Amino acid sequence: MTTTSTAPAVTRTDPSARRPPALGGFSPTVLAIEIRRVLRNRRTLMFTLIMPAVFFLLFGLPQRGQELPNGRPVTAWIMISLAVYAAMVATTSAGGAVATERALGWSRQLRLTPLRPAAYVATKAATAMVLGLIAVVIEFAVGAAAGVRLPAYVWLLAGLGAWLGSLVFAAFGLFIGYLAPAENVMQFMGPILAILAMFGGLFVPLDVLPHVLQQIARFTPVYGVGEIARAPLTGDGVSGAALANVIGWTVLFSLGAARLFRRDTARV
Amino acid sequence: MTSAHPAVELAGLTKTFGPVTAVDGLSLRIQPGEVVAFLGPNGAGKTTTIDLLLGLARPDAGTVRILGGTPTEAIRYGRVAAVMQTGGLLKDLTVAETVRLTASFYGRTRPPGEVLERAGIADLADRQVGKCSGGQQQRLRFALALLPDPDLMVLDEPTTGMDVEGRREFWQAIRADARDGRTVLFATHYLDEADAYADRIVLVRQGRIVADGTTAEIKNLAAGRLVRATLPGADQAGLAALPGVEAVEVRGDSVLVHTADSDAVARHLLTRTDARDVEITSRNLEDAFLALTTGQPAVERLTTQPIGA
Repeated sequence: MTTTSTAPAVTRTDPSARRPPALGGFSPTVLAIEIRRVLRNRRTLMFTLIMPAVFFLLFGLPQRGQELPNGRPVTAWIMISLAVYAAMVATTSAGGAVATERALGWSRQLRLTPLRPAAYVATKAATAMVLGLIAVVIEFAVGAAAGVRLPAYVWLLAGLGAWLGSLVFAAFGLFIGYLAPAENVMQFMGPILAILAMFGGLFVPLDVLPHVLQQIARFTPVYGVGEIARAPLTGDGVSGAALANVIGWTVLFSLGAARLFRRDTARV
Repeated sequence: MTSAHPAVELAGLTKTFGPVTAVDGLSLRIQPGEVVAFLGPNGAGKTTTIDLLLGLARPDAGTVRILGGTPTEAIRYGRVAAVMQTGGLLKDLTVAETVRLTASFYGRTRPPGEVLERAGIADLADRQVGKCSGGQQQRLRFALALLPDPDLMVLDEPTTGMDVEGRREFWQAIRADARDGRTVLFATHYLDEADAYADRIVLVRQGRIVADGTTAEIKNLAAGRLVRATLPGADQAGLAALPGVEAVEVRGDSVLVHTADSDAVARHLLTRTDARDVEITSRNLEDAFLALTTGQPAVERLTTQPIGA
């Protein structure tokens, strides 16, 4: 038999000292741990950081010496395209991590803490964008090391385009993360991303595709990001269609993710 | 520290899943500082009740108050914490990272080192969660629950799947902690756990409370003996009128008499009736538990404790 625990509280927290977390629990600590987790995941590193770099060495370098119509190197065109690809895989996988955490019961555990669901999603999106930035920087670093030379403004604008455009895929990853029940969501996302990248003209220029496919490709979610990221290089300027494409898909995936997220947090 | 509000106040709580009523008008009040076992067989509605208590599920009817507020408020201010049965851990993090990550979700916590120490896993700080045993993971969940220094700690079958040694160590940690005056509510289907670690036992069956009292009181429900005999056409009222008799049940040709004075019943049966095959057995807590939770009608009448609170 236990005795009734009427012992005086010695170390207990005073109720008046209790307070909810600032920013609903969104903090640099959470972000730092999240990023470290992602970087510790070998599969993520392989597919997001190493593979696109290897692609560049395999498919980009043989094009050395070739020039675009405006005299810039073809290798730069390939490098920027692969940077977009790297960033989209990175952000999708970071967002898609939600699926794993739901499968593990972590999101249920989080509901027993003061962390606000919105802060959780914000952390995931921020992690995705940091990983996306790292992906772009690595691809550009490999390109520069392999001899790609561009004016500073092209590096900067193309990099920003590839990075910010990958917001589409941070939203896409979250959407898939709340849609998929699977723990290993990226296993079936990999091929889907590769097909989307193909339609987005990241692996080969869209001009080589049949006309019908070219028309369809304009409405797929990678097309806009690719066009915007390469615009500083080609000097073609950003078309309204590309901009509408990026904004449209970002809004669509975000709304989808938000809807599934609400269903998820309301679920019993 | 003293609060005018009960630590837990459930009123008329009901939750159905399709045709199944998991929780059926359950009411319960727990005062600050109580250590309460929520005891019942699997499927009695314990986990659903805890989900409702913590705001993880919404009741179809009834209300939940934790320390005078809603579950959401209690969680936001770290006044309640819970150790759930399974899941809820990220395998790729280390033990220390899990604690630091969880700590960052709160406005104010105890130091991570302290909760690891209290949960008895300070030496595992750098181990990956996926490489920890079930018992170690459970103590990690307990460490996480200690972070906000909650006024109310809820544990849902915390030792399921642990070996004997693991269970003992886990409860030692909980007991050491409960001495500080924390309110503890734990669900279990292990009788010995309820007996050893709770001040009060709430027995549930089919979503209802069938008995509620101190462990001693619950044990008293099982006091006395059971006299069984073969007696066609037994005079139920006559037997019930004998001194010490608490309940009489007739099952076909058998009669079962629950009594504090088995000698008197046996003497009566053998001298005044045609009873044969007289059998006298004593009952233990296990019997009371089984009887109360499997719902044999005669035994239910033995429940002298107020239902609910």
